[in-house]
Amino acid sequence: MDGGLIPPRAATTPAAPRLARTVLAGCLLLVVALLAGVLLGPARVTPAGLAATLAEALGWAPLPAQHASNAAILGVVRAPRVLLAAMLGAGLAVAGAVMQGLFRNPLADPGLIGVSAGAALAAVGAIVLGPALFGSRAGGLGLWLLPMAAFAGGLGATVVIARLATRGGVTGVSTLLLAGVAVNALCGALTGLLVFMADDRQVRDITFWMLGSLAGARWVHLPVAATLVLLPALAMLALARPLNALTLGEREAFHLGLRVESTKRLAVALAAVAVSAGVALAGMIGFVGLVVPHLVRLMLGADHRLLLPGSALLGASLMVLADLAARSLAAPAELPVGVVTALIGAPFFLWLLRNRVAAS
Amino acid sequence: MIEACGLTVAAGGRELLRGVSLSVRPGEVVAVIGPNGAGKSTLLRSLAGELRAPAGMVRFAGQPITALRPAELARRRAVVSQAVELAFPMRADEVVRLGRLPWYGTAEAARDAEAVENGLERAGVLHLRDRAYATLSGGERQRVQLARALAQIEGATRPAAILLDEPTASLDAAHRVAMLRGLRGLAADGLAILIILHDLNEAGYVADRVGVLGQGRLVALGPPAEVLRAGTMRQIFGVAFREAPGGGLLPDFPCRTR
Repeated sequence: MDGGLIPPRAATTPAAPRLARTVLAGCLLLVVALLAGVLLGPARVTPAGLAATLAEALGWAPLPAQHASNAAILGVVRAPRVLLAAMLGAGLAVAGAVMQGLFRNPLADPGLIGVSAGAALAAVGAIVLGPALFGSRAGGLGLWLLPMAAFAGGLGATVVIARLATRGGVTGVSTLLLAGVAVNALCGALTGLLVFMADDRQVRDITFWMLGSLAGARWVHLPVAATLVLLPALAMLALARPLNALTLGEREAFHLGLRVESTKRLAVALAAVAVSAGVALAGMIGFVGLVVPHLVRLMLGADHRLLLPGSALLGASLMVLADLAARSLAAPAELPVGVVTALIGAPFFLWLLRNRVAAS
Repeated sequence: MIEACGLTVAAGGRELLRGVSLSVRPGEVVAVIGPNGAGKSTLLRSLAGELRAPAGMVRFAGQPITALRPAELARRRAVVSQAVELAFPMRADEVVRLGRLPWYGTAEAARDAEAVENGLERAGVLHLRDRAYATLSGGERQRVQLARALAQIEGATRPAAILLDEPTASLDAAHRVAMLRGLRGLAADGLAILIILHDLNEAGYVADRVGVLGQGRLVALGPPAEVLRAGTMRQIFGVAFREAPGGGLLPDFPCRTR
């Protein structure tokens, strides 16, 4: 895998100031995206309405009557939705960057370790078999049955693949990749079988879940996302130096003092938790984990100390904007956000590939 | 500095090394030669601490090498592997800077920039520092890897060691001479150096002692003048050698029929 997609950036600024500037620029972008996310959309919220709602939430001032509808829109749907989008975007993008570094492959994606397919199988299982297994109680479990199944399915598939690829304490990265392909195919087939068994309404539920959506976001989801998506994403930032060492290869990383096997286990575990939880909360949202790290590498180079925080902030911002597009473009109907990310992400990725062909 | 004592390594039901005893002392260059598949790289990987459980014992600075933490080991020994390729594009100086990773969080990290500079200079690649690694030739990459290894052991507690796997393989004649002369200079500074070579004359030039591996066994070990004899080499490699006028050994190519 020599070369990768992007020529290195000729920059000689020392790392620490570059990191500070990257984080600052990323935070500014995220703030702009968050503001756009809460203010814009089919129902407009005015900046004054936002300010009044915030002031009331913080206990500074009572809510003026003319902002009541703004406050309702913000409080009930938009604020949790935008915050969830940001956390999921950050988690997916960092997990993608970490997987690319770990597999030493610019085309790697969290889906490769089985997360998405395993989660999809379990979620479809919950939709199709839930009513049969839990009877009328499945309706009450509705809010949590599907996400819990998806989370467990994502982690389960990852564990199976990691076990298959590990022999004598050593995880073969190419075996991991191949095992991922095979387990993904198997999960896909079983999912297809379940779809075959499903009734019409279930097929519609499955389709929408597969395409990904943040429409169901509620405040109750945020602590879950903070714990299972944001926290692993922040923990993955600590993998920057180990991943830099792995750029040279696994043997060379050991020569540089890295505990290669424990690094691999930690990286796969953190990425699997973050992505499984993401899929559980919002369904399948593709291309964020693949494309965002590439964009950041294009801007900042391959140093993971910049790449990981940069991916987190850009991923969060782009996901908020993609969700804004998803609920605005076809208003009052909503596009699935996974459709938006794929519609933007796939052509962009082809453009990157094309450039690589041209450069080599 | 590094000692192998009765080192036996097996993989896939085949013995790659059998009862190899070899030491590299501070200030000494030991060259290892031998036919392809004789176990040279396996020996280097064992001495680097990479193969974790060999039956025989490898000791580093008096301690079992398996008892040392990878980071501790990395601050005292560097390895130059063959043909290192990057997963993602980087500049040459960024690659050299990766050599400073073991020093992260230590007081020595304050000298990272200086160590990178010195490594680039000693390996003769200062002029390549801003080039993309992927655009360098094989020989240039090899020298950048040497610079990375030098940056890695700069500031190391002495004695320190550097292990090189065929570092001259893709170099032109001038750079071969320069690299081997540079290694002699490092040994004079007190480094222990183990180097795998194919060219017997390079081994004769650079080494204080030459070890010969054949089918996983160390069949000869001693000063170049004793080991590098036409008779011994013929036994090991299975082709005739002749002594070149003025010293050195050359494989005796059969006459071509035209």
